[in-house]
Amino acid sequence: MPEPYVPKEAISHGDGATANLAMSEAESLEKPPGPGGGPGDPSLKARSLWSDAWHDLRRNPIFIISALVILFLIVIAIWPSLIASGSPYKADLSKAQRGASPGHPFGYDTQGRDVYTRVVYGARASITVGICATAGAALLGSVLGGLAGFFGGWWDALLSRIADVFFGIPIILGGLVFLSVVTSGSVWPVVGFIVLLGWPQISRIARGSVVTIKQNDFVQAARALGAGNGRMLLRHIAPNAVAPVIVVATIALGTYIALEATLSFLGVGLKPPTVSWGIDISDAATRIRNAPHMLLWPAGALSITVLAFIMLGDAVRDALDPKLR
Amino acid sequence: MGRYVIRRLLQMIPVFIGSTFLIFFMVYALGDPVAALFGDKAPDPATAAQIRKDLYLDEPLWKQYLHYMGQVLQGNFGTAFNGQKVTELMGTAFPVTLRLTLVAIVLEMVIGIVLGVFSGLRRGRAVDTTVLLLTLIVVSVPTFVSGYLLQYVFGVKWETAAASVAPEAPLGELLLPGLVLALVSLAYVTRLTRTSIAENARADYVRTAVAKGLPRRRVIIRHLLRNSLIPVVTFIGTDIGSLMGGAIVTERIFNIHGVGYQLYQGILRQNSPTVVGFVTILVIVFLLANLLVDLLYAVLDPRIRYA
Amino acid sequence: MRGATRAKWAVWVMVVVALAAAGCGGGRSVGKGGAVRASWGDPQNPLEPANTNEVQGGKVLDMIFRGLKRYDPKTGEAVDVIADRIETEDQQHFTVTIKDGWSFSNGEKVTAHSFVDAWNYGAAIGNEQKNASFFQYIDGYDKVHPDSGSPSAKTLSGLAVKDDRTFTVKLNQKFSTWPDTLGYAAFSPLPKAFFDDHDGWIKKPIGNGPYTVRSYDKGTVMRLAKWDAYPGPDKARNNGVELRVYTDNNTAYTDLQAGNLDLADDIPAQQLRNVKADLGDRYINQPAGIVQTLAFPMYDKGWSKSGMAKVRKGLSMAINRKQITDEIFQKTRVPATDWTSPVLRAEGGYKPGLCGSACSYDPARAKRLIAEGGGLPGGKVTVTSNVDTGSHRVWMDAVCNSINNVLDSEKACTVNPIGTFADFRNKLGGHQMTGPFRAGWQMDYPLIQDFLQPLYYTDASSNDGKFSDPEFDRLVDKANGESDKAKAVSDFQDAEKVLADQMPVIPLWYQNGSAGYSESISNVALNQFSVPVYNEIKVN
Repeated sequence: MPEPYVPKEAISHGDGATANLAMSEAESLEKPPGPGGGPGDPSLKARSLWSDAWHDLRRNPIFIISALVILFLIVIAIWPSLIASGSPYKADLSKAQRGASPGHPFGYDTQGRDVYTRVVYGARASITVGICATAGAALLGSVLGGLAGFFGGWWDALLSRIADVFFGIPIILGGLVFLSVVTSGSVWPVVGFIVLLGWPQISRIARGSVVTIKQNDFVQAARALGAGNGRMLLRHIAPNAVAPVIVVATIALGTYIALEATLSFLGVGLKPPTVSWGIDISDAATRIRNAPHMLLWPAGALSITVLAFIMLGDAVRDALDPKLR
Repeated sequence: MGRYVIRRLLQMIPVFIGSTFLIFFMVYALGDPVAALFGDKAPDPATAAQIRKDLYLDEPLWKQYLHYMGQVLQGNFGTAFNGQKVTELMGTAFPVTLRLTLVAIVLEMVIGIVLGVFSGLRRGRAVDTTVLLLTLIVVSVPTFVSGYLLQYVFGVKWETAAASVAPEAPLGELLLPGLVLALVSLAYVTRLTRTSIAENARADYVRTAVAKGLPRRRVIIRHLLRNSLIPVVTFIGTDIGSLMGGAIVTERIFNIHGVGYQLYQGILRQNSPTVVGFVTILVIVFLLANLLVDLLYAVLDPRIRYA
Repeated sequence: MRGATRAKWAVWVMVVVALAAAGCGGGRSVGKGGAVRASWGDPQNPLEPANTNEVQGGKVLDMIFRGLKRYDPKTGEAVDVIADRIETEDQQHFTVTIKDGWSFSNGEKVTAHSFVDAWNYGAAIGNEQKNASFFQYIDGYDKVHPDSGSPSAKTLSGLAVKDDRTFTVKLNQKFSTWPDTLGYAAFSPLPKAFFDDHDGWIKKPIGNGPYTVRSYDKGTVMRLAKWDAYPGPDKARNNGVELRVYTDNNTAYTDLQAGNLDLADDIPAQQLRNVKADLGDRYINQPAGIVQTLAFPMYDKGWSKSGMAKVRKGLSMAINRKQITDEIFQKTRVPATDWTSPVLRAEGGYKPGLCGSACSYDPARAKRLIAEGGGLPGGKVTVTSNVDTGSHRVWMDAVCNSINNVLDSEKACTVNPIGTFADFRNKLGGHQMTGPFRAGWQMDYPLIQDFLQPLYYTDASSNDGKFSDPEFDRLVDKANGESDKAKAVSDFQDAEKVLADQMPVIPLWYQNGSAGYSESISNVALNQFSVPVYNEIKVN
């Protein structure tokens, strides 16, 4: 059943409560608080926006499960030898592309390396690229896009046009120019490059979202009551505009891991002997008719990672969204 | 409104100059293209020097750029290394890619929005979970895998679709590649629509519309969907660019001689006229697409206005 | 609301414009009628004979041109086609007499001028022909093609037309097997139309071969028709060939399976495991004049100092060639045991086993030799190649794994992939390699000289590793002065033994040509350049 539309600010203003009493009253007048998060609940009053969300999250089983999966992945990324005893480099070409056998549950790849070990060891590079690139692009993109959408005018024109130019840079060209000078096999140049290419999309989404939210009555009201720009952005607009950014970022996590594969395939991404899911997936792709197991396992690991982050993103978004209470 | 559009169109000029220089510089940074023209053999130094001179490659970067821009202003976009005019290449590549992109966008809009609406209205139920699983498969299986797989299954095993696309690229043959190209974006559109719908389904205006006694279908389409589309439309706007320029993999698999292919060749062979020419057109396409998106905001949400 | 309504209009207008722009085009045109539909790649250069240095353009030239000589598609022997006879007394002055009765497809007679003009065009620096160096042995080449500065002559002084059917050639050195190089496409004759209407000729080349170009859509398709009045003995046995450009040989292979294509050459490595099941006996896998090697940067002290010959040999012995060619290449490569190619056959100088034990897999000795030579420089070795074409990454990984297994180390050998061929070439040219790098060689003509001199002679054009050995140079010079072919071959093989001794370049494997074809054609074969012999193909 639809519940009344109550902007977050109306019910949770934590530390700034007294200073902004007038504002919240104004909003309360305009949209009376609904019964769901009623003013009678004293615990709500005491919590800030973000701690409020945290309170919700801790009780959400989906959040707990996905957080545990992610934690597990991070642990594996740091200490792969915990669950894999072999070496991801040990190659026995005579076993190339063979299927599963005792001690080698996932079979062998084209070079005769153990697929299970490589999936475990591949987690480090792939998870690092996925998480760091997504975090970087989301942060940069939402800050720049949010500012562009909020201030409009020249600021918007400048940022949006810069984004347009960045959109225009073909991934391959950018990769060859920026990454071919890097000779170390480190993941950080790759992360930096993906952030560089990824932020325009997220900034565009954030901008669109902010442009819409800006028109909402509660924002106009806050402005009329003299709320500063910083406060407006952080406390009023950001929580309401963040949903599309989270959705795009969680899916982008998966595509960024795949993008790393593309870059590595082109010879400009991660350099051997770094192991990553992306490298193994692209290696397996064209051999799917003979050795589907080579694709199945790294792609499966990638799926689980993306699933965990999508669920986590969903949970966080729900917790931040006042309308779903 | 009109002034807003004109202002946006005028912004193209600095973007044009900026992006041409940036791309020109990047291709320049790749290094000397002449050595690769001689195949696996070491180039004959005298011939190589002559070619460099003819292509202005022995001049400093700024002179090369000014010379190139001077040519462009006279309508001459230069020639590719195989002797073809870049304008000729663009004339054959862009229509094909534009058609492919349109097929992909229509597919991702129709399928993505429908799936998104259903899963958004039935959050947590079987439909929602199924759609989520499909999304996961699409995200974790790279385009080159799904491309080869669909091509093999539909083109060779069942013979229901052409395995490759004819040079003329008729729309019918572009359905399968269009779908492959749209797959990942489909995941985004579906999830974005789902989230927006789920969020807005509880908004007061929807409640009001329901209370007014409007039929469910009308509430969903006229009120709920329309207000939920802004993030989706924004995404599709950004996607036009990646679809047009980034169709390299799909174009390769289905043998489509479009923008992605020409761009890839241009980059691998470090031919700046080809790369700069194509990228410049792409940047203009993004500008127009984003202008279109911004105008659509006003259509979808009448509160948004442009001065 | 007015703003919104106008915005709506603007949106519609833009959508309609986009649709209109996209709408033009469509409809599949079918070009058949007994034509063979064959896979093709976009030629990298305009189709001038002296400017075509890769297989794809070479396919067309082989169909539309016939030169003085041609390499027999079966034996590789250089046989006279237009040449009636080529005579010399001293291995340096040659008199070429051509046969009567040959003409271009536009009716123009093939005369001595057709050759001399074409060669002068190919050699002149102003024409920027990438195969200009093929004319470097002709006297006066340094005048029309100076290393720097502007040319002091327009034509090669070594070429002189005596009459319509005779011309003389003076070389700037003794070169006994020079006539056998004349089967290369760069030596093709050219009609007057080439010089009079060059742009028109490039759009639709005119030659004197068994086919004529009917239409050419650059980047997509070239349609060739049988030339009924072709005067030569090797008339086309089909009505025409439709060369379709594929950007990915996987797609060509899929199209072959789907029945959209009759002939796909260059079967992708990933499909080799399926090819027998998919095509049965419609799959060709036969030797081609290509040898793949790993060259050492002899300009790098670390690799060239004394004692390193042992390390280089040790590395060669650490590569399990047989396993790699079996597993990775599914026997489309054959482990190399010399620096030439089986297509030369024994008479031409191919000598299996010339490399000796240094080219056979022997982990224990490999390990010992590397240790005796002082170990790998810096304790590791990096194998470099571009990865934008071919399946280089896969075999480089396999080579490194083989070395690592022998040395019992996980990171002794690593692969250094380079993003573009151009970048790779520039790094080679700049002598920036610090470890072995890929050095393949596709022969220009089936002569042992072509496998040795351009690659290992001091400062030779493709000597990317800067190998230099006076004994090797001396033996090559001696061979070139030899009037007796068998003696020349034996001298070249002696030179090759210097390579076996020094191992500046590790021979990896001989590359085969591979192709698959549909049920609707037969009599398909590849020549030694791994190019299909199109004129012999029959349509069922």
